Parts: sequence; C-alpha cells; structure tokens
Amino acid sequence: MNILASTSFISPNLLAVIYLIAAVTFILGLKGLSSPKSARRGNGIAAVGMAVAILVSLTQIHPKATQVILIVIAVGIGAIVGALSARKVKMTAMPQMVAAFNGVGGGAAATVAISEYLRLGVAGRGAVVTALTTVLSVAIGAVSFAGSVIAFAKLQEILTGVPITYKGQQVVNGILVLGILGIAVYLVAVGTGTALLGILLILALILGVAFVLPIGGADMPVVISLLNAFTGLAVAASGFVLGNTVLIVGGTLVGASGTFLTKMMSDAMGRSLGNVLFAAVGKPTESGAGPAGATDKSVRSGTPDDIGVMLAYSNRVIIVPGYGLAVAQAQHAARDLARALEAKGVEVSYAIHPVAGRMPGHMNVLLAEADVPYEQLKEMDEINDDFRNTDVTLVVGANDVVNPSARNEASSPIYGMPILNADQSKTIVFMKRSMRPGFAGVDNPLMYDPKTIMLFGDAKDSLIKLVAAVKAA
Amino acid sequence: MNSAIIDYLTVFVLSAFVGIEVISKVPTILHTPLMSGSNAIHGIILVGAIAVMAEARTPLAEVLGFIAVIMATINVVGGFVVTDRMLEMFRTRKQTEASK
Repeated sequence: MNILASTSFISPNLLAVIYLIAAVTFILGLKGLSSPKSARRGNGIAAVGMAVAILVSLTQIHPKATQVILIVIAVGIGAIVGALSARKVKMTAMPQMVAAFNGVGGGAAATVAISEYLRLGVAGRGAVVTALTTVLSVAIGAVSFAGSVIAFAKLQEILTGVPITYKGQQVVNGILVLGILGIAVYLVAVGTGTALLGILLILALILGVAFVLPIGGADMPVVISLLNAFTGLAVAASGFVLGNTVLIVGGTLVGASGTFLTKMMSDAMGRSLGNVLFAAVGKPTESGAGPAGATDKSVRSGTPDDIGVMLAYSNRVIIVPGYGLAVAQAQHAARDLARALEAKGVEVSYAIHPVAGRMPGHMNVLLAEADVPYEQLKEMDEINDDFRNTDVTLVVGANDVVNPSARNEASSPIYGMPILNADQSKTIVFMKRSMRPGFAGVDNPLMYDPKTIMLFGDAKDSLIKLVAAVKAA
Repeated sequence: MNSAIIDYLTVFVLSAFVGIEVISKVPTILHTPLMSGSNAIHGIILVGAIAVMAEARTPLAEVLGFIAVIMATINVVGGFVVTDRMLEMFRTRKQTEASK
C-alpha cells in the first residue's frame, strides 16, 4: 500500500525527482560536515532540502479539514518546542539536547509504523515485507526512544551517571531480546495481532531502558551516537512500510553514518564498542586502588599568587580544558588567562583530547564560543610530543584524559584510552574543586605526582585570580 | 509491488554505502555537530507522520498521528537549529574579526 502515491497536481515522476534532489542535499549536508569550513553551509543545504521534501509531501495527501487543522497545530507545537529548546539550551547541555531530539525521532518512527499497521489491519496480512519492516520500525524506534530518555536523564543528572547494574542483568536483557525476536518472527511469518504488536512495543521500551542503565555517564556520547543510528534505521524501515524512498534514503544515510561514527568515537577512546556498551565502566571499584583508598596519599597544593608568578615566567604553557571548565562557565576566564600570558610573551596553546567535554568536539565548540582562536586548539596527536618541552601544563576541569593509569595500569577501567601526556611537562597545575575522581569514576595518580601542584576551588574563580596574579607579576 | 520492493532495497543498500563513505574522513572535532546534523536528517520521518495523520480514519489513529507529527517536527526543527548554533562557532580568527 502506497499512501503517498495517490493522484495530485505533482505527478509521481516529478515527486520522485524532487525527493531525489532532497536526498542529494542530505548527502551534501553530511559531506559538508567533514570540514569546519563547509559544515555550516552543508547543514543549511540539508535543511533546505528537508523543507522542500516536507512541503512537496503535503501535495500528496488528502486530509479532512479537521485533520488539516490538527496537522497545523502539531507542526506548530513541534516547531516552537524544537526551535526554543535548541536556541535556549546551554552549550554544556548539548549532548542531552541531541539525545532528546533523537528520542522523539525514534518515537515518531515507531508511532508511524504502529498507525500504519492499525490502518492496514487484515489487509496487511501476507505482505511479509510490510510486516517485517513494521516490526523493525516499532522495535528499533522504541529502543531508541526509551534509551534516549535514559541517556538524557543521566546527562542531565536526573539519574546518577554511575552505571546501574544488578545481578543477572545481561540475562534479563537477553530474555528481552529473545522475546522481541519471538514476537517479531510470529508477526512476520504467522499472522497479524495488534495485541502482540503492543507487547512488542512494551518489551522494546523496557529493553531501551535496560540497555542504557548499565552504561556510565562518560560513555553516553557513544550511546547517543548509536541510538541516533538506530533511529535512522527505524525511519528507513518506516520508509519501506509507507513505500517512500526519501524516508529510506534519509534514514539509511543516518543509520549507516551513525553506526560508523559510533565506531570512530569508541576508537577515539581506545575501546571497543562492545566494551563501551557492556563493561559498565565507571562503577566505583571496591579494591584499595579505588577512590576510597586514595585519600591517604599526599598531595601538594599552591596559592593562585604563586602559580600566577610561575606561569608568567614560563616559556610555554599548555592548557588542558575539560568538562569542569564548561560547567564552571570558565571558558572566558581561561581565554583571559591565555591573553594575559601572551602579553607577557608566553606561548600558550590548548590541548584538546578527542573526548574532552562530554562529546567529541564538544570542547572545541565551548572554546570557540569564548572566541578562543581556532589555531590555538591543538588535537592530541598534534600536541602530545610538545608536553616534554612545556614548563607548565594547566589542567582545568579535566581528569580522566590526563590519567597516566590509562597508559600503564592494566587493571584500570580506562586502560588503553589514549591520553594527553600532561605528566611529561615540567610542572602540572591541577585545578580541581576537590579530590573527587573524574567522570569515569577512576582515581588519578597524576594528582599525587611530586611535579603536580593542586589548585583547589571553583575553576572560574581560580582562573580570575590567576589572571590578576599574572598581570601583577 | 515486488519490483517496488527491489527498488527500495537497492536504494537502501546504496544509501548505506554512501552514508559510510561520506563521513569516513570527518575530523574528531566535528563529531558532535555531525551527530547532531545527521540526527536532524532522520527528522524526515515528519513526511511519514503527516501522511499517516492524513490517512487516519479512527480517533486512535488521529491521536497517534498527532503525537507522531509533534515528535517528528521537534526532531527536524530542533536538530537543524541546534546544529547551526554549534557550527556558527567554528570560525577562524579572521572570520571572527571580519564579523565584528
């Protein structure tokens, strides 16, 4: 059943051509995102293509007058909610915003497939492809929706970012998967059943929750990327159900690129995707090596004045920014410090770990917002050999990305993650609120390194004091 | 119907390869905008949501359609706006000065 191919003043061939053009704009949009120069234009082109595809699809439908009103109201509500939240959201809350937008997309795909299934009813019986793609769309869309809700709650700290695990968790998840598969096979091969589709929906929602709960907050970006790919696939499946090629192309592009991006993101953390999804990294360890045993080791702390003088008389300073910097809204203070140091002739650069912030590239966005020149931001591979020639490395609100355990302690949960070689510089200034371990919940030996000076306090506050101390020096 | 499904399958498989190919060289710093931008693209489900709404013949179907249209619109509008906001900030020093 192809409900979009009914007669209208735009012929099916013209419609197909316009959808093809829209599909090309989506590809150009993704292509543009490969370089900072073309990214914004690419996104704009895709948005225009999207608008054209949606407008053209309006010529293909024959709604009743009341339905026209309902569509207008629904689009109005969605547009206002979407645009307002996208405009108001703080740059630091970007990851959960993307999770939320992804979740509603998955929810929409599942809802569309359910509606179509109810409408086709008995007429859909026997159409194996329709049944299969309906089941896929409902199951994947629902997992994506529920998983995104949990990812959002974790990042928003409504739920704890610490992995939530219980005994037999993998078994329960396995049973959920088997249950979904069983119902799916029945619906595809044996017959129709609205109630069964309802049970499938509920099981998939539970699976979405159960699947994300044991994943630590630090790994959430990878999960969101995966759920993004899921939504893409659910949309593509809905495209099969409705017989609509632009849905198939758009959904599949996202499904494929999202899967690939997920892999690239877990590679950047030096972990396999399986490890990210199933290892519950970030659960506090019970051994003495964990955060609890850390308190009796000694640390050295310094005053902003001392550290300011030391910075002002250095040749080379590297700033390692982390999520804590963003939370304290200290990007501007960091930039002021860099400028004050440059005025004294100090060479300053920023070392950006691939997963600094809470998503890859997140830190670049946050620093760009504070007008930090793009050229001062150095990626890990570019700057890692420079640490040994650096006088002071200033770690601001970062922790796990400079944790030497990742390099040399095989028992550490973050073992194998590529890190910034901050420990190789002559002095390390570690700015932190307290001795609490980082987002991944792992103790950091760098804090106890004799070369390290701790500067306790709010990141923004400390940076402002440092700026004053540097200027006075 | 059968040939249509083969057509859809062709489109599906080729799109999958294009999707991987087109992002295989994206730098790490653009991973977040890329995730967000591709997230906006699956908002194309709005086309399906509107079609389903227009075909609704029962109150339940209308409710489902209504919810689907709201969710899909949030996805597409929010996705593009938030991506644009992020990308606006990727400017070189020269561009930033020129805009002042």
